[in-house]
Amino acid sequence: MKFLGLGATALSVIALTATAASARDQVQVAGSSTVLPYSTIVAELFGENTDFATPVIESGGSSTGLRRFCEGVGPNTIDIANSSRAMRETEVAECAANGVTDIIEVRFGYDGIVFASAADGNEFALTPADVFNALAARRVVDGAVVDNTATNWAEVNPDLPDQEILVFVPGTRHGTREVFEEKVIIQGCADSGAKEVFEAELSEEDAKEACVRLRTDGRSIDIDGDYTETLARIGSSPNGIGVFGLSFYENNTDTLRVATINGVVPSTETISSGEYPVSRPLFFYVKKAHIGVIPGLKEFAEFFVSDAIAGPNGPLAAYGLVSDPELASVQQTVADEVTMQ
Amino acid sequence: MTDLSSNPVKAVPSARPNSGSLYQRDTRTRRRNAAEKRFRAYGLTAILIAVLALAFLVTTIIRDGSGAFRQTYLSIPVALDAEILDPQGNRDPAQMASVLTLSYGQVLDRALDRAVADLNLQIPGLQDGDVDGLVSRDASAQLRRMVLDNPELVGQTVDVNVLVNGRIDGYFKGRVTMQSAERDSNVSPQQLLLAEALRDEGLLVTRFNREFLTNADASDQRPEAAGVGVAMLGSLYMMLVVLFLAVPIGVAASIYLEEFAPKNRITDIIEVNISNLAAVPSIVFGILGLAVFINFVGLPQSAPIVGGLVLTLMTLPTIIIATRAALKSVPPSIRDAALGVGASKMQTVFHHVLPLAMPGILTGTIIGLAQALGETAPLLLIGMVAFVREFPAAPPEGLFDPASALPVQVYNWTQRSDPAFVERASGAIIVLLVFLLCMNLLAIYLRRKFERRW
Repeated sequence: MKFLGLGATALSVIALTATAASARDQVQVAGSSTVLPYSTIVAELFGENTDFATPVIESGGSSTGLRRFCEGVGPNTIDIANSSRAMRETEVAECAANGVTDIIEVRFGYDGIVFASAADGNEFALTPADVFNALAARRVVDGAVVDNTATNWAEVNPDLPDQEILVFVPGTRHGTREVFEEKVIIQGCADSGAKEVFEAELSEEDAKEACVRLRTDGRSIDIDGDYTETLARIGSSPNGIGVFGLSFYENNTDTLRVATINGVVPSTETISSGEYPVSRPLFFYVKKAHIGVIPGLKEFAEFFVSDAIAGPNGPLAAYGLVSDPELASVQQTVADEVTMQ
Repeated sequence: MTDLSSNPVKAVPSARPNSGSLYQRDTRTRRRNAAEKRFRAYGLTAILIAVLALAFLVTTIIRDGSGAFRQTYLSIPVALDAEILDPQGNRDPAQMASVLTLSYGQVLDRALDRAVADLNLQIPGLQDGDVDGLVSRDASAQLRRMVLDNPELVGQTVDVNVLVNGRIDGYFKGRVTMQSAERDSNVSPQQLLLAEALRDEGLLVTRFNREFLTNADASDQRPEAAGVGVAMLGSLYMMLVVLFLAVPIGVAASIYLEEFAPKNRITDIIEVNISNLAAVPSIVFGILGLAVFINFVGLPQSAPIVGGLVLTLMTLPTIIIATRAALKSVPPSIRDAALGVGASKMQTVFHHVLPLAMPGILTGTIIGLAQALGETAPLLLIGMVAFVREFPAAPPEGLFDPASALPVQVYNWTQRSDPAFVERASGAIIVLLVFLLCMNLLAIYLRRKFERRW
């Protein structure tokens, strides 16, 4: 009896407070796992240095974050979506269909994508063409399209070490995969001359498809988890090469050795100068309708892109972010709440 | 097993001669005894494998995680420079709040440089930046809090006890070595030598880390400051919700089904459904929770109340099944006797059957709660798998504040790039295991205490 009485009391208390629960007083963010560490660093500093509550940050991937962002307007929806790629047309349309029309796009910096292998293994000096020839399902040898059967890096390019081909690439749910395909595989496809051959045989769309189709014989392995999984896989198969974000590599330089691309060592300097070819912008999207409703939302966005945080000497750059050379205009965008067209 | 079944009498008729002596074992007896021995051996092997697996699990977790309960601290005098910390010079906390933690970092760097210079340590190859990298980034936040709490400190020199950078801390725990430091871009061997020298001077101390249990989560840049405080509180709140909702509803439902409900097709269907629900993957309850509690009812995201409600739904079948089994095990003679002396059906149930079934109900409930405590999947969809630094308020309002949960914290930390988080994740697992162990011990204790025999 006592149990039931207690339970009933608890229920009524909860029901009462549920109706009384007001709008939340902290910013809610969700999205890209690449942006997550930057976002948590800023949130931590924001909570420490202002009177606002520390924002709550969820991970889950760029696409998941943007989908939740587009669910609608109101305190039950998130205020900011982190994304490691620009929002797609279809996503903007979905947002608009749910009433999320005014979106502020904030590009706060760039992130490099690096190839790294076990620290005590061979050194690699790769080019996009090498990676394409090693990983593509079909490549071009002496003008003819053949199935890729290369098992050794030296087979792809005699200058590369005599090591088995085994690459851990990000799975398709990651924003990183898109950049990897665009900046490495398609580039390599063009550089190696394979694209021309494909285009001669197929339509343009199919040629692109043929370029990005990776081999499925176990030489190229999709990793759907995070970079920590890739790191663990390299730990268990020392011949493997993994695709990482620059900041992740910089935190694990004791166990990883980075490969150069076109002879350039990836670093925040070489990426911001444009010498290192594989990088992508990082974004977060702010729901304008929530500014003024959720306390601290605009302040958080402004704090995020301020010189002290996202500038070249700020804590984000120390973590591995390549700061945006046009940060001043980004700050202006946030200050004026300029929405996407 | 095959030995037992392939041993029918007719297969070995000649193996059983009527020799008569009971002292002489015939072939069939020997086979039966051998089969039993083999069976025992299989059982023992199974247990042995399980024990070995458990021992391996526990030792790896303790090996990796015990480090989280020890942390290295540095105590140094810090001159709180008024020019940096209070540029207006009026000691007004509101104006001093505009000075960011980054400025406090400078103050700390100077204090460190001076402390190291005072000690006159000779470390070859030590660079300027190396000294600054010694302390955690959390230290400047700690200093700022201290100064804003007591603005009068500005201008004075105070002794502070601050966290040491995670890599240096890792060196004293054996995670970072001189060899790995050479390749590591975040720490240099010179820094490690300096840290050793400071330890020899008594300034650097590795001690028990109570903060691991009380601190909130921290960002990737300061693994040394991360703790399970918010996660523990979130888990506790959720367990309270589950306890207050699942137990009354589950027990009431089982009593009705077992004692009062007519046995017909409808109750049969309900029974099948309950057993079915007990086996539904927990993520399904998360999807349900998102649709019903957040989108329809409008409860906030990331809140322990929603987590608790989802876990309640998940735990209910377990509790109902356990409670019904406990009620069934009460002998009918008790009911008959109570009814016989004129008790009503309800009196019979509440005065006689329920108290006797209590140990079983408690055990089932606690096992259900323990199961709910370790759940992550349903929390993913309701926004509790998140970076949360603010402590939720006291209940009941706090139930609506964002919080994390212990298993979620483990999951989050295993995804961080800094290797120091591996230690934290294992530490959080230890905390979770201790919680589970306590709950199971409580279940055993209660069962023993209230157990009745007939």
